[in-house]
Parts: sequence; C-alpha cells; structure tokens
Amino acid sequence: MSSRRSRSGSSRITEDQINDLVSRLQQLLPEMHNRRSDKKSATKVLQETCNYIRSLHREVDELSERLSELLENADTTQADLIRSLLMH
Amino acid sequence: MNIQQSAIKIRFAVKFVQAMKRLNKRRGMTMSMSTRYRATRAAACASMASAVGPQRAWSRAVLRKTKRRRFQAISKKRRLINPRREKLQEEDLRGLVPGGKGMEYCSLLSETAHYIKCLQAQIQVMSDILNHHSSSLN
Repeated sequence: MSSRRSRSGSSRITEDQINDLVSRLQQLLPEMHNRRSDKKSATKVLQETCNYIRSLHREVDELSERLSELLENADTTQADLIRSLLMH
Repeated sequence: MNIQQSAIKIRFAVKFVQAMKRLNKRRGMTMSMSTRYRATRAAACASMASAVGPQRAWSRAVLRKTKRRRFQAISKKRRLINPRREKLQEEDLRGLVPGGKGMEYCSLLSETAHYIKCLQAQIQVMSDILNHHSSSLN
C-alpha cells in the first residue's frame, strides 16, 4: 500500500489532510524543541507529541497529589475561587 | 485566550471544585492518601471531559469510563491502516489519547490536538487553584 505514489483522488486528499494535521501538532509542541521554521518528519512529531502528553499527564498527577493534600485542611469557598480565576 | 477556551476553563473549574467539595464531605470515613489522590485526579480528568462535553471523541471516551456504561465493542472491524513510516509512534499515541484505539488515523491526529489544548487548560486551572490557596493561607 504505497499511498505516497498513489494517483487515486481520495488517497491524495487524505495524505494532504494528514500532513496538515501533523504540522498542527508540531505547533503545539513546547517552544524549546520546536523551531517553527523547520518542518519535522511525522515520525518525529508524533514521537515528541507522545513525550509531551506523558509530561502533561505527570503534571496533572503532581497537581492532583498537591490538591488532595490541600483538601484535608482547607475549606474551599467556591465563589471566591471562581472570582479569582475570572480575574486572570 | 479565545472565548471558547475561557468558557471551557470556567466550566472545568466549577465542576472540579464541586467534585472536590463532594470528596471533602467524605472526610468522615477514613480515606488513605493514595485513595484521595486517585480520587482527585479522577475528578480532574472527568471534570475536564465533562466541560468539553460529547463533542469530541476523546471526551466521550473518558465520560464512558466514568459513567461505567458498558462500552460497545467496535462492531465494524474497520482496518485502520496507516501505510506510513510512523506506525510505531501512532500506536504509542493511541495508548495515550482516550478512545484512541478505535479511531481512524485522521481522527486520532485531530483528537490529539484538542486533547493537548484541554490538558494545558486543565493544568493551568489546577495550578491557579493551588496558588490561590497557597496565597490565601499565608
């Protein structure tokens, strides 16, 4: 299934769509590793995307841990909280 | 920050805080630290998926898990062929995005982008809540 050389209309469109989606993912990667002028291979973009998602999951884990400790002591005032978030 | 992003953040914040309040009420029963941590993380992820709603495949996948509904097996055994070189990385990604295993390649890429933006928003709000508490306690 070498779609790269394929002449059929539908697979041509899909390949362009995929390239577009991959470049959009590249835009989301953290700035440090992402020089926007260079186009990376799909393999590299997916690999870095996976690493990035894993690091985001770790951050959520960490924040959850700290927030769950906080719960034991504090009394969350919902209104104050939302107000302060809106003023951001 | 566009309006849609702000709206999702606010919905997430409200749901998450509500969930934490419910969690807090269970304090009467002794809860181990690891249980509390797992419950907090589950609340965070479920709240974000709920804030996004059923419009995305990844959020539907999370909501299905949370509501403990029996997940219908994919009856159409479609071959989700990706003839490209990045097959390995694609499989890796499918394991990381909720519902990723049943999606076509195009959908997977699109869902991933949305999922990442929501994770970033979720992290920002959770950090804000944490900072808000730290500063108000000092």
